[in-house]
Amino acid sequence: MLKIFDTEIISNAEVSANIFKLEINAPELSQIAKAGQFVQVKISDEFTLRRPLGIASAKNGVVKIFYRVIGKGTEFLSTKETGEHLNILGALGNGFDTNINGRILLIGGGMGLAPLLSVAEKIDAVDVLIGGRNKGEVDFWIKEFRAEVDKIYITTDDGSLGSRGFVTSLLPEVLEYEDYAALYTCGPEIMMRGVYKIAVENNLPCYVSLERRMACGLGACLSCSIDTASGRKKVCKDGPIFDAREVFYE
Amino acid sequence: MNEQLKTEICGIKMNTPILAASGTFGFGEEFTDFVDLEKLGGVMVKCITLKPRAGNKGVRITETPAGMLNCIGLENPGVEKFLTEILPRIKNKMNVIVNISGNSVEDYGELAKLLDVEGVAAIELNISCPNVKDGGIIFGTNPKAAAAVTSTAKKFTSKPVIVKLSPNVTDITEIARAVESAGADCISLINTLMGMEINIHTWKPTLGNITGGLSGGAVKPVAVRMVYQVAQAVKVPIIGMGGIRTAADAIEFFLAGAAAVAVGTANFANPAVTMEIANGLENYLASRDLNLRDIIGKVKI
Repeated sequence: MLKIFDTEIISNAEVSANIFKLEINAPELSQIAKAGQFVQVKISDEFTLRRPLGIASAKNGVVKIFYRVIGKGTEFLSTKETGEHLNILGALGNGFDTNINGRILLIGGGMGLAPLLSVAEKIDAVDVLIGGRNKGEVDFWIKEFRAEVDKIYITTDDGSLGSRGFVTSLLPEVLEYEDYAALYTCGPEIMMRGVYKIAVENNLPCYVSLERRMACGLGACLSCSIDTASGRKKVCKDGPIFDAREVFYE
Repeated sequence: MNEQLKTEICGIKMNTPILAASGTFGFGEEFTDFVDLEKLGGVMVKCITLKPRAGNKGVRITETPAGMLNCIGLENPGVEKFLTEILPRIKNKMNVIVNISGNSVEDYGELAKLLDVEGVAAIELNISCPNVKDGGIIFGTNPKAAAAVTSTAKKFTSKPVIVKLSPNVTDITEIARAVESAGADCISLINTLMGMEINIHTWKPTLGNITGGLSGGAVKPVAVRMVYQVAQAVKVPIIGMGGIRTAADAIEFFLAGAAAVAVGTANFANPAVTMEIANGLENYLASRDLNLRDIIGKVKI
């Protein structure tokens, strides 16, 4: 059942340039949230639409969200302080399957690492491949993932940390070290397509978390509709997690 | 349910005069965690066309000052799937008002005929969608075409016919009179105002369809003015809509002459908003010892 929650901000701090970590006190939401789900955050009465943000962690009554300031809504959100209340609609979307037998490799680029963190905290046999533009963009992710995964692989575009290049450059090598049951990925679409291609070559299931602009988050407004191998789907309700074969079919 | 809010519009019995506007409320079932659908006067379901439509490509929504632009482009599963899969699921749960759009006058007639079935409370002719090239608004900006669509739909259905007007016209009363003369049982207004946003970094339009329909709080004064003008011009009941977010907003529309109101964009920010508006309206009337009819069209000029 979906609900609107009145939550209290525990902290809302910049962890890297324009990237914020928001922690809210939301006991009921933290219990019902599944890995990979998202919430619709009300910014204020002045904003017509909520902002859809991925749940990065939901445990011990606390829900953690990461967001990049990219427009007026997220800019306003970044000014909210500890103790202020936040009206949140959730938990939305289908979520990742966390009952898969075998080891999962999470592959994330930039803010795409947020929903993957929620998977890492729910399952034991899991590694992560982190990609970002530079050291500053991946450092805080490494800190977040450290306690939740066994191995962390890192790539940066400029080589300031880990291997120089994209996650797709390192991925084939990672797949040689370890047998994985599935790949879960989230990030820029071009990256996810690249991951999917490598998954196909290695005969591995691949699940992707998609991002689209959305108004309602409930499957009503059709802002986030996409074409899939099995017809039109709504990212907010049928997703945001899809079997990569369904969405990258062409 | 409070008796005071019960009303009847062209034969449709409504528990409250608060409806959900087409395109903002899916098929009603998406909102059951937040809304008692029976407490709504009706749900104007997502626009239905003869054939399924995928809608427009690219970005489909963007927030604007006190509002939003959309260019969904009438994505829908088509009338056949609506009749066989969706209607059976929803028909006993709410007053189902089916919004329809076509590429020709004949399309509207055919849709009206196909939807003349048990479980449909009324049909709403969408002659005002600004987001499709081949239909809709062409019929809503010309009085003769609007009348032709209305009389054709009337000919093929026993259901009440509501005509949804576009604000993108010079004189909305001209269109309102034309559809009333052609047999419209009720008029709903306003659909969205055509708008556009340009990204100053890329110099490209934000929306995939270049232009979109503006809705939300920003359009409310335009909508109130148009409801007031149309109420002076026609005798058929009016369902007023455009930027309603609170009971106070809804009351303005009643005073302007609306017999019922529909809530659209506000459902996105608060999926329970229709219930809050119904309660607020009830309190407003009760505290003044008034009935709904005591405020309809009672703006003091």
